[in-house]
Amino acid sequence: MRHALLALLASTTPALAAGPEFTVYAPEYFASEWGPGPKIEAGFEAICDCDLVFVTGDVLPRILLEGEGTKADAVIGLSMDQTLRARDSGLFAPHVQDISGLTMPLTWDDPIFLPFNWSETAFIYDETRLADPPHSFHELIEAPDDLKIVIQDPRSSVSGLALLMWMREVFGSEGNAEAWEKLKPKILTVTQGWSEAYGMFTEGEADMVLSFTTSPAYHIGAEDDATKHAAIFEEGHYLLAELAAQVKTSDQPELAQKFMEYILSPDFQGMIAEANWSYPSKLPDDRLPDYFAALPRPAITLWLPEDEAEALRKPLLDEWLSVFAN
Amino acid sequence: MAQRLRQLSPSPGGLAAGLLVLLILGTLAAVATHAGGLSALGPWDWRAVWFTLWQAALSATVSAVLAVPVARALARRRFGGRALLITLLGAPFILPVIVAVMGLVSVFGRNGLVNDLLGAFGLAPLSIYGWQGVILAHVFFNLPLSVRMILHGWQAIPTERFRLAASLGFGPGDIARHLERPMLREVLPGAWLAVFLVCLTSFAVALALGGGPGATTVELAIYQAFRFDFDMGKAATLALVQVGLCVAALALASRVSRPAGFGAGLDRDTPLPAPAGWRRGADAGAILLAAGFLLVPMLAVILQGAPGLAGLPGAVWAAAGRSVVMALISAMAALALALALAQVIAGGRAWAELAGMLPLVASPLVLGTGLYLLLRPLVSPTALALPVTVAINAVMALPFALRILIPAARSLQADYGRLADSLGLRGLARLRLLTLPRLARPLGFAGGLSAALAMGDLGVITLFADSRNPTLPLKLYQLMNSYRMGDAAACAVLLMAISFALFWLFDRGGRIHAAL
Repeated sequence: MRHALLALLASTTPALAAGPEFTVYAPEYFASEWGPGPKIEAGFEAICDCDLVFVTGDVLPRILLEGEGTKADAVIGLSMDQTLRARDSGLFAPHVQDISGLTMPLTWDDPIFLPFNWSETAFIYDETRLADPPHSFHELIEAPDDLKIVIQDPRSSVSGLALLMWMREVFGSEGNAEAWEKLKPKILTVTQGWSEAYGMFTEGEADMVLSFTTSPAYHIGAEDDATKHAAIFEEGHYLLAELAAQVKTSDQPELAQKFMEYILSPDFQGMIAEANWSYPSKLPDDRLPDYFAALPRPAITLWLPEDEAEALRKPLLDEWLSVFAN
Repeated sequence: MAQRLRQLSPSPGGLAAGLLVLLILGTLAAVATHAGGLSALGPWDWRAVWFTLWQAALSATVSAVLAVPVARALARRRFGGRALLITLLGAPFILPVIVAVMGLVSVFGRNGLVNDLLGAFGLAPLSIYGWQGVILAHVFFNLPLSVRMILHGWQAIPTERFRLAASLGFGPGDIARHLERPMLREVLPGAWLAVFLVCLTSFAVALALGGGPGATTVELAIYQAFRFDFDMGKAATLALVQVGLCVAALALASRVSRPAGFGAGLDRDTPLPAPAGWRRGADAGAILLAAGFLLVPMLAVILQGAPGLAGLPGAVWAAAGRSVVMALISAMAALALALALAQVIAGGRAWAELAGMLPLVASPLVLGTGLYLLLRPLVSPTALALPVTVAINAVMALPFALRILIPAARSLQADYGRLADSLGLRGLARLRLLTLPRLARPLGFAGGLSAALAMGDLGVITLFADSRNPTLPLKLYQLMNSYRMGDAAACAVLLMAISFALFWLFDRGGRIHAAL
């Protein structure tokens, strides 16, 4: 028993790195060897003369709990639905970066939240199982009911919430409820998070899954499997970006600035595609892996500013719940 | 007089119960205080409460009703591989939720085995998605627990009573009336309660198979309040509702439960009377059906993941080693707590039983947030990640360990308590000579269950995660979130194998010790 305790303690001793500790809050997936975290850590430590420590968990709830007493110097991995509450907390400082050259399909001029990657919501299908996918959202909702899709719950998942906004943008306030009524019989189930839904799709349980336009890149790049595609809809797709910000109360503002600078550097941006399976926010297409640059892209990008999205969130959730309640 | 004096002085069990109440309600209070009070619930929240309640009641009832014939068949029949089968049948309970859902989908899903078979006979397909899927999954998870708890009840009837019954010429119907039904009256309410409480806080299962937001449980509403609304007051209110449901269910179960009062036996290992005729076929059917229902989905998971085992990266194996150490510590802590509590409860203090059941309905999210708020001024949460995970897993496993130990501890108290008291047997000597040997079997089972549960639990990763020292469930979660479903399936098999090995070792240890 005592040996077991010792082993446990020994295993918690952090790895030694030179310089002061620089703490970045990040989501759980981020810091694993299959996420972008380790590469970012190595890359930044090579130039910062510091020890970058990722503290993982639910980033925004955690920092809101901690308030000004937080130990975080910066955060990475906030989602777009969180920016309003994050901004209102007053806990974040301007990033002071030149964001005129971002490679995103919209104009980003947020002085506080710095996007480091983006993608668009899309339904993914497997061509060997679904030969004739819908080409528009209207085609999807009119498709026969034996076309089964899996989506995520908007109350527990970022992509699930994005689907509410996406459909609202496509069908407008008048037609949205009716569109959900038509989509409902095709929804096999609604999962808590993205991974359960995606797992059901790869198992062959569902014909399509709510995911991202960049999802097929993983199958091509890592599995050499070119049968998975995003169904591109002519009405457009909803944009999701992940964001970073520096914390106002950080006692190492220079390092935090350096980190913001590093996020837009070619070194950081170059690793995003294959480490995060999404588009980097500032990297010309010719620097992307060929298969990545060749992924089909929607002609129209849909997106709601944070205050509009926040104002719509509760009514859209109520509408969604009502459609499913009967 | 001496008896009463001893009850007034603080015992380890009383202390443990007090600490538990403090932990569960204290963290809840910390969250509510942080939020500046409790907030009101909306209509959708009340819908979630209602769904939670009825699905838990139905799941628990179905599990209990199905478990009785299976437990009786296992109790009175002897066949080759019986011991192994009993252990294997316990396995679904210790599967990580997401793994079990995948297994169920591959058997009962649209392209699953069952629908392929139905299709071959030209029958209409079954759908697992909807409330029926939620119940199916909950029964899959909890039937093993019910079977084992009821089986222990059967084994606890002294064989002398069956011999007496035989000499009086009792048929199966008379045995049922005079021996089996009184035993079930004592054991079933506890078994029902345990499953009901497990299903009360279930959330990923309900969502994945529920087919839509109609299948929303209270725990999902708590997650939503925490993650999207940042309404800690609402999270605390919902957590309080769960605690209230727990107290109500416990009160109900304790009113229904009646001690069977069989008295002590001589522990002779004579098999129970095994009636011939159609009952023999019915018993075989019950065992085969249960084995098929519980083992085929697990087999599906194994077949899917096993080929990828060798290719798992080293970090996964390192995480596995770390998780085993943590699971062992958790299990030991859970056993020590459960043993102390069970003795206090057997001594007649009902509030301690309530305290012991509370962790089942404590929302992990609220518990974690409360602990975070309380501990953060003192120590860095990252440094505490592993100890907190170990402690929370021990506390979360405690109710199960307790449910298994309470009936045994009660009979021990009733049958041997006065004798031991009159001999002045107490303290460590009583523990060594009486308590541990008499309770070895349930202790082994409880320890195995605790270790396996701790092995498969993510802990409260939203606030206490140490990404430099990941556990195996965390690795599984990270793999799934990086598209690596194949590696995740292999990781799930590894997790399942280790959980099962831990469970088997403890359970086996308990049974060998009991045989001495």
